[in-house]
Amino acid sequence: MDFTFTDDQLAFREAVSRFLMTEAAPEMLREIWDTDVGRSPDLRQKIAEQGLTALSVPDSCGGLGMDDVAWSLMTQELGYYAIPDSLADTAYVAAGLIAALPEDVAKREEWLRTIADGSIRIAVGHPINPFVADAQPADLLLLAHSDEVHAVPRSLVDVIANPSVDHSRRLGRVVWEPNSATRVAAGEAGRALWATTLERGVLSAAGQLLGLAQRMLDLSVDYAAQRKQFGKPIGSFQAVKHHLADVATRIEFAKPVLYRAAHALAQGEAGAAVRVSHAKLACGEAAWLAARHGIQVHGAMGYTWEVDLQMFMKRAWALDASWGDRGFHKTRVAGFVLGDAAALGPGRTFEE
Amino acid sequence: MDLAFTPRQRAFRAEVRAWLADNVPRTPLTSYDTREGFEQHREWERRLFDARLSMVMWPEALGGRGCDLIEWLIFEEEYYASVAPLRVNQNGQLLLGPTLMEFGTEAQKQRFLPRMASSEDMWAQGWSEPNAGSDMAAITSKAIREGDHYVLNGQKTWSTRAIYADWLFGLFRSDPASSRHHGLSFLTVPLDAPGVTIRPIRALNGKEAFAEIFFDDVRVPVENRIGDEGKGWHVAMATAGFERGLLLRSPGRFQHTARRLVALYQAHRESADRDPAIRDAVCESWMGAEAYALSAYHTVGRLAKGARIGDEASTNKIVWSELDLKMHETAMRILGARGELVAEAPDAEDGASWLEGFLFAQAGPIYAGTNEIQRNIIAERMLGLPKS
Repeated sequence: MDFTFTDDQLAFREAVSRFLMTEAAPEMLREIWDTDVGRSPDLRQKIAEQGLTALSVPDSCGGLGMDDVAWSLMTQELGYYAIPDSLADTAYVAAGLIAALPEDVAKREEWLRTIADGSIRIAVGHPINPFVADAQPADLLLLAHSDEVHAVPRSLVDVIANPSVDHSRRLGRVVWEPNSATRVAAGEAGRALWATTLERGVLSAAGQLLGLAQRMLDLSVDYAAQRKQFGKPIGSFQAVKHHLADVATRIEFAKPVLYRAAHALAQGEAGAAVRVSHAKLACGEAAWLAARHGIQVHGAMGYTWEVDLQMFMKRAWALDASWGDRGFHKTRVAGFVLGDAAALGPGRTFEE
Repeated sequence: MDLAFTPRQRAFRAEVRAWLADNVPRTPLTSYDTREGFEQHREWERRLFDARLSMVMWPEALGGRGCDLIEWLIFEEEYYASVAPLRVNQNGQLLLGPTLMEFGTEAQKQRFLPRMASSEDMWAQGWSEPNAGSDMAAITSKAIREGDHYVLNGQKTWSTRAIYADWLFGLFRSDPASSRHHGLSFLTVPLDAPGVTIRPIRALNGKEAFAEIFFDDVRVPVENRIGDEGKGWHVAMATAGFERGLLLRSPGRFQHTARRLVALYQAHRESADRDPAIRDAVCESWMGAEAYALSAYHTVGRLAKGARIGDEASTNKIVWSELDLKMHETAMRILGARGELVAEAPDAEDGASWLEGFLFAQAGPIYAGTNEIQRNIIAERMLGLPKS
């Protein structure tokens, strides 16, 4: 029994954090907001050079073959820096789906290789999301038609842009016609692919939410330590301290829930879906509390366009309902907890 | 990350489970907040000790079996799942025990720990005073050195089950010229010593669950001091907050409560569902208890790898106390108009156990350092915010 990360995993996370700290600074995020496409090919190129697009791709196709557990650290960093790029959709969620396709799908290996080298951008149109993130700039879209999985080139779909409160999110309603040429899986196999893809998408959003929560906490602590009123830093006042202590506590107790879910998914445990929903709820609540208390601590500055808190709050507000809103995830948890077969109580946390 | 238990861990779980199945009393013991119940619980502790299960993490030489933290978590899970009696000597075993391990002399360990493990000695704590609650450094009770003795004068309060206990440990001001956290010494005091007066305080549940203790020229030999003279604050605080928070309330306890709450909801589903918030609260209870367990395993794993767990430990106490309160509030709402019935009421459900727990849960955010103090600790030491 060892519910911790290896030194290598933690060192990798550190390296990613240092990289994004330089390459995804808030000023740069604002510059990218003002571009039409909302994406920076330069940033994507640097991300690929770091090998981050290759994490989930199997070794045999030029990747690093990392699993969901590694991604539970990685997605926190993506959230912490609120990168203006749906990197995890391509490199984690889409890579997972494509790697699970039968090997006789003609382009499977090519797609995996181009994911690994960073030359392809793939958008994932899971039916749970009404809009597809990054559909506009995608090269390829993975789309659902009943139980079928289609891999559709961008040129074969129309994308109706639906701007989000988060300027970095580029959502689109995708209009397309399924045909047999784009179908890569169907029937039981298709259903299974979409089911696993759902869990991976949820976990990706959960990890990002937790990273966002930590960033908002850090920004708020910094602000409270330097902003003075009544002749003292506002962070010395108990009311302010307790707001931030509550956020820290929520984050502290969401982390292991995320890690447990990632492990369950990586191992294909029967109870993975419940663990994943628990993680999404815990991380979403941490992020929303961090936003609410964060803006409160920032006072009127938090309500301005100028202060960076906004970019993290808005991402948190948006991601909370993506890959299943709270109702969806609470229903899944309740189905287990209140179900007849639930193994509840002490000693069931790791074994069913 | 390897989330499988080892064969040794599984075997330990099986052994504990089997022993508890054979030994846990079929009918619940009388409340340990009464004289009769206290002695029943002492007998139960003795049985645990004889099976080397009272203090599983302590070294064998001191009455334990040398388990690590994972095995301790396993023990606790099985203990609470078996609905065994509450641990009556936990203030000594869980709060003083680790302090003695770290600061006690070999002679003190031999003198106190085995008798603590077997509950031949029952311990009460002496921290709070009438004017030193959250502000514990305001302690004024004195221990003035006279040769090879200290002479104690002053008053302690909120000392849990002190009227039934044999010994007290606590902080006394050994340097009368000192102030705040300087000049304090950590002493152990036999409660039958001349000059000790114990007055019970009736708690919210109507029982004499705690007491105030008066010291009137009480003579305590110097060898009863733990750690150096004047360093009592350091001794009291040094045992990591994490260990205290987690040891005092392990996750199994709350996972068991969450399971009972789900069962209570199922039994009253028709009436409970008239309030749509109840179902949500029941599910959140399971999630909260599970998160606490996961956090414990994650933390214990990091400790085993040599990590230092610092002030983030204060988050534990907030989480379990608020979770416990929420679960019992939810149970009271499910029980509706029957919730107020006490144990003697013929129509009380499950011996009024939810009401008892609800009353006790009110104390959770207050004892062991109020949750306001914990939030200050988190803000100042974990987040680095300035002191007020």
